[in-house]
Amino acid sequence: MAIQGSDMAAMMLAMPARTPWQRLRKLGILGMNERNASFVLPYNPRKNYPQVDDKRLTKSMAIQFGLPVPEQYAVIEIEHQLQTLEDDLAAYEDFVVKPSHGSGGGGILIVEGRAGGHYRLSNGRLIDSGELAFHISNILSGLFSLGGVPDAAVIEYRVCQDPVFEQVSYRGVPDIRVIVFRGVPVLAMVRLPTRISDGKANLHQGAIGVGIDLVTGMTRRGVWHETPVHAHPDTGGVLEGIMIPNWYDILLMSARCHDMVGLGYIGVDIVLDRALGPLMLEINARPGLNIQLAGHRGLVHGLNALRDLDNIPQKAEDRVALALEMYAGSRQA
Amino acid sequence: MHDLHVRVLATVLVLAALALCTYKAIWLGLPLMPTDKAEVWTVEARIEFKARHNQAIKVSFALPRLPEGFTVLDENFVASDYGLTTTDDGVRRYAQWAIRETHGWQVLYYRIQLTRDNQVAMPLSMEKTDVMLDRSNLPDAARSAARALLNEVRSKSADNTSFVRELLSRLNARSQSDNNIGLLHQDADTPEKWVHRLKSILVEAELPARMVYLVVLKDGLNRSSLLPWLQYYDGERWQALNPDSGESGLPRDAMIWTVGSEPALDLMGGKYGHVEYSIKKHSQDMTRIADQRARQMGSRIMEYSLFSLPVQTQNVYRVLLLIPVGAFLIVLLRNVVGIDSFGTFMPILIALAFRETELLWGVSLFCLLLGLGLALRFYLEYLKLLLVPRLASVLVIVILLMAMVSIVTNKLGLDRGLSVALFPMVIMAMTIERMSVVWDERGAGEAVKQGLGSLLVAVMSYLVMSSQYLAHWVFVFPELLLLLLAMMLLLGRYTGYRLTELWRFRAVIWPR
Repeated sequence: MAIQGSDMAAMMLAMPARTPWQRLRKLGILGMNERNASFVLPYNPRKNYPQVDDKRLTKSMAIQFGLPVPEQYAVIEIEHQLQTLEDDLAAYEDFVVKPSHGSGGGGILIVEGRAGGHYRLSNGRLIDSGELAFHISNILSGLFSLGGVPDAAVIEYRVCQDPVFEQVSYRGVPDIRVIVFRGVPVLAMVRLPTRISDGKANLHQGAIGVGIDLVTGMTRRGVWHETPVHAHPDTGGVLEGIMIPNWYDILLMSARCHDMVGLGYIGVDIVLDRALGPLMLEINARPGLNIQLAGHRGLVHGLNALRDLDNIPQKAEDRVALALEMYAGSRQA
Repeated sequence: MHDLHVRVLATVLVLAALALCTYKAIWLGLPLMPTDKAEVWTVEARIEFKARHNQAIKVSFALPRLPEGFTVLDENFVASDYGLTTTDDGVRRYAQWAIRETHGWQVLYYRIQLTRDNQVAMPLSMEKTDVMLDRSNLPDAARSAARALLNEVRSKSADNTSFVRELLSRLNARSQSDNNIGLLHQDADTPEKWVHRLKSILVEAELPARMVYLVVLKDGLNRSSLLPWLQYYDGERWQALNPDSGESGLPRDAMIWTVGSEPALDLMGGKYGHVEYSIKKHSQDMTRIADQRARQMGSRIMEYSLFSLPVQTQNVYRVLLLIPVGAFLIVLLRNVVGIDSFGTFMPILIALAFRETELLWGVSLFCLLLGLGLALRFYLEYLKLLLVPRLASVLVIVILLMAMVSIVTNKLGLDRGLSVALFPMVIMAMTIERMSVVWDERGAGEAVKQGLGSLLVAVMSYLVMSSQYLAHWVFVFPELLLLLLAMMLLLGRYTGYRLTELWRFRAVIWPR
């Protein structure tokens, strides 16, 4: 096994050669079973799930709570509303259609503008109003919702990408995912759409995950399809060393999301709008594990340290301070 | 906290399962292996006689009573129109058939099924042990001859056992020189009379003795009759003696049918009565035997076991009880290995269908249905149908495809193709729908990967669920499912890595 110079490899060299399982343990990589059994099930009370599974509910709670979110243009709950769809949307040049109970980024349609009687999607495709109505109808019948139950479609403000990501994003808006445990941010990454991901920021659809240093807000190396990358495959932009603007606000927003939904282990998705700054998109009660690949560090050590703490500060600002302190401490170790 | 609770619960379940299992396997003798078979003897007594005119008929027939070394699995009486009672006086057991009036030849049957069983020794208390002596049935001349012989033998023996053995060897030596013995052989020309004579001689020696009738268990024996045998009482129990050789014990594969010199059949109101015995041997599943024996022992557990259900329901449970085994496999594959499949338990249902179609046919039919269904589903995609009508259409298409496959394979003379009808069509329709959605959203590669994953899991479930041993264990020892439950509970708190996560996180395990 060839180990070449990199910080990870240096870490590996320090370890005696053992089984792959033991390596993962040592690196603190969180597995699916442990995530579910040790964090999701004990810390996320099921009764609070609807608050994050229903995006309309999340949005209205966030507005009450004073968290910035993309403006909601319309909600379509029944087939009948599709007849007046064009009139309802006439005022908006661009918008996003998403299922209220969607999962994994399925069913999201980004309309960038209009061309003649057609809508122009983020991937360059043109669709007519019939196709748009069919897509919404699919959302309503539950094609994209968990368990296939009937759903509603939310039409909302299309986020305009912050120029900081200009060079590293292909036809879509990157979003920032922060893992928050007991109200304390633990790990963060930014997800960059690629041509393969069709403008979507989901890693399993082919987006790139790039770890963010929690203290500095600076991007590190990225991971694409579970393998490390240094440059964006479509634009060629260098992934490392991008300074995320408003980083402290982003951490604070994530920490406050914990207070809002009352879930102990969440992934908060935040987008950076050119004009409006950070906006909270959604909260995930079962955040994925790939953030560990993107962040080049495991979650287990941080999570366990937080779990062992008796007192977690009440104020979100104090929790962010705690997060930075713990992250800095673990980085040195 | 959760972990401790789960562990305690799992331990309790494991202990309960093992305790119940051990009880059933060791005490009730339920077989641990499905191949265990035992020999079962069926003895049928055929009683034939001619009814006397205008007379009430009463047939008394001696029956085996707790034969030593055997377990009675079943016995039944066949006699239409006759009233039947059975009586047991502690030594002998009778069946009594009665009818007020009938005419012509009559045939009655008694059938008993037995199996060898050395565990159930006849309790001594079950047999009366007060033994009475009756004298006075030796002719005078023979009596004095007997006394002379007895005195001679007694002087040459130490105890009852050696006395009896010596006596019988003398009597059977048939040395013509000895007048006494010749005298004792007089008028005892049938085996029955000879045993009777021996009994009288033993009684003359103040040794309690009796005659018993044996059935020799030899497969295929027809029109056989009972074999008279001798027993004497040694102070503790009755010992059997071969009347011709003086060897102790019963012949191999023989059982005592009835005790006493009275004939087995006692007929009132009939004539020409005679009994024929036929014997058949066959092997039977140990499970059935253990079940029947447990019932005889009055075991509550077997009374409330799956064996108490009607056979048809039993057969349903034979399949149903395998589903947890499949489910456990799915748990392992999902949480320990990490294989994804369409629908959590869909592979089990497919595997159940494979049981009927057999593997190769099952897999080909599954792929055929899935392929054709997907092709048509893509056409439906083009029509932009609403979800539920679309699902319903896929269901109809699946059923039509199944019918078509059945018809075509039937025309081709491939019988197995007909079993396609056993595929769970709703599950197939859902699988096709989900596969096409994955195909659209994540690409053909991912869809085919998950489809193959489902098929692989289904094949593995099939292989596990078609194991004879597992089928036997879960049906005979359904409490083993508690073991499975315990393991599932423990896996429910399993926090280790999945096998596929090694691949997923390969970039950090083996950095380049």
